[in-house]
Amino acid sequence: MKTLADLKKIREKAQEDMKLRGGNVRIKIVVGMGTSGIAMGAREVMKTFLEEIAARNLSDVLVTQTGEKGLSSMEPVVDLIEEGKPKVTYGNMNPDKVKKVVVEHIVNGRVVSDYVVSTGD
Amino acid sequence: MSLKRIDLLICCGSGCVSAGALKIKERFHEVLKEHKITSEVNIIETGCMGPCDYGPVMVIYPEGIFYKKVTVDDVAEIVGEHFVKGRPVARLMMQEEEKTISAQKDVPFYQKQVKVALGNCGYIDPESMDEYIATGGYEALGTVLTEMKPQDAINVIKESGLRGRGGGGFPTHIKWQMVHDRKADQKYIICNGDEGDPGAFMDRSLLEGDPHRILEGMMIAAYSMGASQGYFYIRAEYPLAIKRIKMAIEQAKEVGLMGENIFDSGFSFDAEVRTGAGAFVCGEEMALIHSIEGERGNPTPKPPYPAVQGLWGKPTVVNNVETIGNIPTIFRKGAEWFAGMGSEKSKGTKVFALTGDVKNTGLVEVPMGITLRELIFDVGGGMIGDHKFKAVQLGGPSGGCLTVDHLDTGVDYESLKERGAMMGSGGVIVMNDEKCMVNVAKFFMDFCVEESCGKCSPCRIGLKQMLEILERITDGYGREGDIEELQRLGESISKLSLCGLGQTAPNPVLSTIRYFRDEYESHIRDRSCATKVCNDLMHYDIDKDRCIGCSLCARKCPTVCITGSRDEKYTIHQTGCVKCGNCFDVCPVKAIDKVPGMHPEIVEHRAAVANAKNPYDD
Ligand SMILES: Cc1cc2nc3c(=O)[nH]c(=O)nc-3n(C[C@H](O)[C@H](O)[C@H](O)COP(=O)(O)O)c2cc1C
Repeated sequence: MKTLADLKKIREKAQEDMKLRGGNVRIKIVVGMGTSGIAMGAREVMKTFLEEIAARNLSDVLVTQTGEKGLSSMEPVVDLIEEGKPKVTYGNMNPDKVKKVVVEHIVNGRVVSDYVVSTGD
Repeated sequence: MSLKRIDLLICCGSGCVSAGALKIKERFHEVLKEHKITSEVNIIETGCMGPCDYGPVMVIYPEGIFYKKVTVDDVAEIVGEHFVKGRPVARLMMQEEEKTISAQKDVPFYQKQVKVALGNCGYIDPESMDEYIATGGYEALGTVLTEMKPQDAINVIKESGLRGRGGGGFPTHIKWQMVHDRKADQKYIICNGDEGDPGAFMDRSLLEGDPHRILEGMMIAAYSMGASQGYFYIRAEYPLAIKRIKMAIEQAKEVGLMGENIFDSGFSFDAEVRTGAGAFVCGEEMALIHSIEGERGNPTPKPPYPAVQGLWGKPTVVNNVETIGNIPTIFRKGAEWFAGMGSEKSKGTKVFALTGDVKNTGLVEVPMGITLRELIFDVGGGMIGDHKFKAVQLGGPSGGCLTVDHLDTGVDYESLKERGAMMGSGGVIVMNDEKCMVNVAKFFMDFCVEESCGKCSPCRIGLKQMLEILERITDGYGREGDIEELQRLGESISKLSLCGLGQTAPNPVLSTIRYFRDEYESHIRDRSCATKVCNDLMHYDIDKDRCIGCSLCARKCPTVCITGSRDEKYTIHQTGCVKCGNCFDVCPVKAIDKVPGMHPEIVEHRAAVANAKNPYDD
């Protein structure tokens, strides 16, 4: 390491690795992990999100989870929260749908309206 | 890229470790494996998070949820509920007046704190240089080396108003300037991590919790004054601090942040760790220098100051760990920002080890100038139980006690000194109304007598004299004139001692005489210790009205000095009593009282035995 630019490179990489502790998050994915959510496959959904995001190196996307969301007929339920935009809630998710949401919504910024169960708070 | 979705930060400061943090960490590894989610959770062992009373504590990101008093048995629930199902465990959160506080940032303990030196402590993995760099680490060093002349850097420190955190409060830039201005083939920077004050753990926490910060600060200091070699002087009782600093040095060398020609600036630097054997006096800078040189750790007269003739006769700056810890942030955020905090002459923040009878003991960092009231009642959460605040001791064995009347005093170098206490290195002991101030003074005097190196007679002999007077006062043999004698001795020892140890050791006695003179007087004149701490100046008494004559006290008395019967009830024969308190503890109807004052039987007995000759007569 010889220059401030070298240091900056290390810093940016290290900040990505620390993104869970705050930092540069563009989209937050919140997976509902209530009992019914888990029964309907919420864990698989969450894992697919994690894998897809890792595979695509999407450093500004954060996956978190929450308890029961009260939409048990549409579990697994997932919220996508983006700074400055209304919250989008997807229902009846499965790994294939997750892949599509990652490509369409997270990468290309197009909401996948077929899976949407509600928008806004 | 990883699949991690949770950062679990487990506080592994000394308090939490002794409360079982490491076992909890192991348990997390096991339970995560059982749930097959090891790949989703980062377990990070951090430095001290501060609220030691609530340990083991941990913070879980991304939510920033704070759990306290976690046990090994709680781990399964945390993983099963929180990590797997996203339902944080409310019963492990802080409770404040019926409210459950989930996020760390909302915990009242942190509200009035401003973390500068402790900025990363408890937040990053101290063994990862990358995490330090992620928080902006080494940016200050890079900027200083590539864009500033040494004199510019000294000017920044001057503008920031930074003063030494090791006790004296000496302006840091003046030391640096002195060494900068001297011509020498070799100059040295030493980081003082001796930390000998009883109860203090500020420097330890910094070294353990954020070692790269101290390394970076040291290198900036070294560049400013033209030193190419540094030493960390750390006591051997701090093995983790030593390990972490050594690790940081290695990591920095590996990527070229330390060694030859750093940042292509022509500046080269190397540092080593030297361990001390734990003598209090070795924190004194001259003694410390001699100890590094391989000599006996004794102080020598100043001048010559270390800036002129320090380590191996070369110009040397000795700076405290916390002083150095502030430096990277001052350069990153600017001198003005730093000088914007604090009072007129004391800038920035100060780290304190808050201990004693307050609810939230622990490690805190507050802006200079905060009042003692805020420090003790807001940050510290007030007194434990129904007890009243009586005194606060600042500055350890060199410091002094302040009282209720001083609660609105701002904590800065000058205000504390004016009132007979001092900032010291940051030990704060809060005392409730059960503490005897004469006894407190005796405790610190005893410490200083033990730790005196014995080189100069005022300290070696004078402190011992003071201790003997204090002992006879607390043993019930105090005499008229003892208070004045303590003051006379204290003042001369302060003036005549060779180093800071002797010069400041009388402070606890002098300050308690100043503010609690009546306690000394009642010990001497009335042979009475109102707080019932001094054994010879209190006694146990059985109240015959309440006594049921069960004989339990008599049976438990190790000296068989309690006699009586069911009808007559029981009596303590005072001359045989050793004040062990067994009777008091076992009495089923609480018929035994602790009474202040020497019992008349003892007064008579002492007079008879010695015929007024007491063992302290010369
Ligand atoms: C008896 C005695 C013990 C001391 N112990 C320490 C100590 O443990 N840590 C420390 O930094 N300074 C200690 N000092 C103060 C040092 O002599 C020195 O002033 C200080 O390290 C300078 O650093 P600073 O200007 O950054 O505060 C002690 C002084 C005396 C007289």
